[in-house]
Amino acid sequence: MNIMMLLEMAAGAFPDRPAFTDGNSGQTLTYGELFEAARFRARTVKDSAATRLAKLDVSNLGTPLSLFSSAWAGVPYVPLNYRLTNDEIEALLKRVTPAYLVTQPERAATLGRLADVNAVHTEDFVGADSHPEALAEEWSMDPDEVAVLLFTSGTTGVPKAAVLRHKHLVSYILTSVEFAGAAEEDAALVCVPPYHIAGIAAILSSVYSGRHVVQLPNFTADKWIELARVHKITTAFVVPTMLARIVESLEGESTAGMPHLQSLSYGGGKMPLSVIEKAMELFPDTDFSNAYGLTETSSTIAVLGPEDHRRAKSSDDEVVRRRLVSVGQALPGVEIEIRDDEGRVLASGERGEIYVRGEQVSGEYEDRGSVTDSDGWFPTRDAGSLDAEGYLFLEGRADDVIVRGGENLSPGEIEDCLLSHPTVKDAAVVGIPDEQWGEGVAAAVVPAKGAQIDIDALKAHVNAHMRSSRVPQLIAVWDELPYNETGKLLRRVVKAELTT
Amino acid sequence: MTELKTGARLKSAVCDGEIMVVKAPAGDLDVTCGGAPMVDAGADAERVDINPDHAVGIVIGKRYINEDESLEVLCVKAGEGSLAVDGNLLLQKDTKALPKTD
Repeated sequence: MNIMMLLEMAAGAFPDRPAFTDGNSGQTLTYGELFEAARFRARTVKDSAATRLAKLDVSNLGTPLSLFSSAWAGVPYVPLNYRLTNDEIEALLKRVTPAYLVTQPERAATLGRLADVNAVHTEDFVGADSHPEALAEEWSMDPDEVAVLLFTSGTTGVPKAAVLRHKHLVSYILTSVEFAGAAEEDAALVCVPPYHIAGIAAILSSVYSGRHVVQLPNFTADKWIELARVHKITTAFVVPTMLARIVESLEGESTAGMPHLQSLSYGGGKMPLSVIEKAMELFPDTDFSNAYGLTETSSTIAVLGPEDHRRAKSSDDEVVRRRLVSVGQALPGVEIEIRDDEGRVLASGERGEIYVRGEQVSGEYEDRGSVTDSDGWFPTRDAGSLDAEGYLFLEGRADDVIVRGGENLSPGEIEDCLLSHPTVKDAAVVGIPDEQWGEGVAAAVVPAKGAQIDIDALKAHVNAHMRSSRVPQLIAVWDELPYNETGKLLRRVVKAELTT
Repeated sequence: MTELKTGARLKSAVCDGEIMVVKAPAGDLDVTCGGAPMVDAGADAERVDINPDHAVGIVIGKRYINEDESLEVLCVKAGEGSLAVDGNLLLQKDTKALPKTD
């Protein structure tokens, strides 16, 4: 079992179909070309005696080529976050040496001086001339070999290196993607960063379905709209902040003018109801899906599909309508449970920590081993609840729970209540130290366009809908909330700011 | 008779067909394609005639299972032979169409 097999099947079935197009340069590789190139680069990687292939660059043709040639050579692929500082990057790189590093010229000069780092320019790695020989042997079919080491975003501390083995990734693809399921004219616009699990999943699912991928290296709403129209994109994945910007950019237009866009999926953070509702109006012909997943679970584990979206939006039943803000139901082959602090499984509707089990779940970190329990359940550290039909609702990170006077308060629930007020566009709720209660509730809110926030009125609004312990003792009005580039709210930044 | 390992790749002796083992029960199994025992994908194998009762063929990208679903294989190269284990033909596994999410 090896992810190379997925590319081999695609290259065998449709060698001449475009596989990847760099949205900046317009350069394209067909499936046949990508497969052949991987064979040559695998030889180069193997000859370098590196034990890891690291890639530090934006999305380009070097991205799929690095992923597949490392799989062929039998060394883990380690995509690094190019937005980190030089010191942070060096610290991560030192954890994966001896490394073959594919990177931008300006980085290669400095990082190439590090011990056991063999740095090459992405352009040379993609260029055929620098790789005169092909690897003769086939890739390993050992399912337990490590395919990818992915550093988690580290929003709470030092990044951990999640270990994804070939069996996890292949199992995810086999259960969620139909081989050759894409039509000849299908094209996906991929704008998530290559060092994010969604970026890796996008490569593998597109390859297995035979879909043409157009890469957008640095997201801007205008460039996304332009590429989507030029390439007649049929499917795309965005994080909530990206969709919010796309919706904003299309303001004033009655529709997005993209009848070719069949499906638009989103995930990676909480989607504000106002954004998804507006998007569904702007893209009337588009199917929306919400995907929930983690690095440690090889991407998506639950999906709210297009039918769920439509049913929820048009329903009079409060339970069904609420599902529009859920992340849907577990994928086939994936089990989800909600447990309390003592590990007891909770009934539907009760809030606790989300546990997940399945073939695609790794739950393993380098140097720490597996954190799954003896039955294979992985504690996600995400808080949530399941409704009676198994729809999963996210309630933030388990660590974000505010303990006020012994009572557990979920920030997500209070945020939803704040967001239901017409003057509020965005809201973040955190716990702050409090002498009397241990922790107190504090909120940062962003006003809706043209609106003025009346803090007392907002407190009264929360008090009218929730128990009084949930009413924030402090509400600050900000121009915007801090998010990382994949749309994750940086709660520790909010907390630090509101604590001072 | 061979013990099947997850991830192992086997090829047909009657056609171009190739499979990968997705999951397998413990113990030795007699896996055939087109009526002839399958061999390790890396091994040399002499072509033999196809058994006409095992000649429906296998389709690339489709998964095949036995009756109790203890065995599952993926067809990675199409062929004219049909798969069987211990003489019983494998069944094509239905896949549920899922929304595209990435």
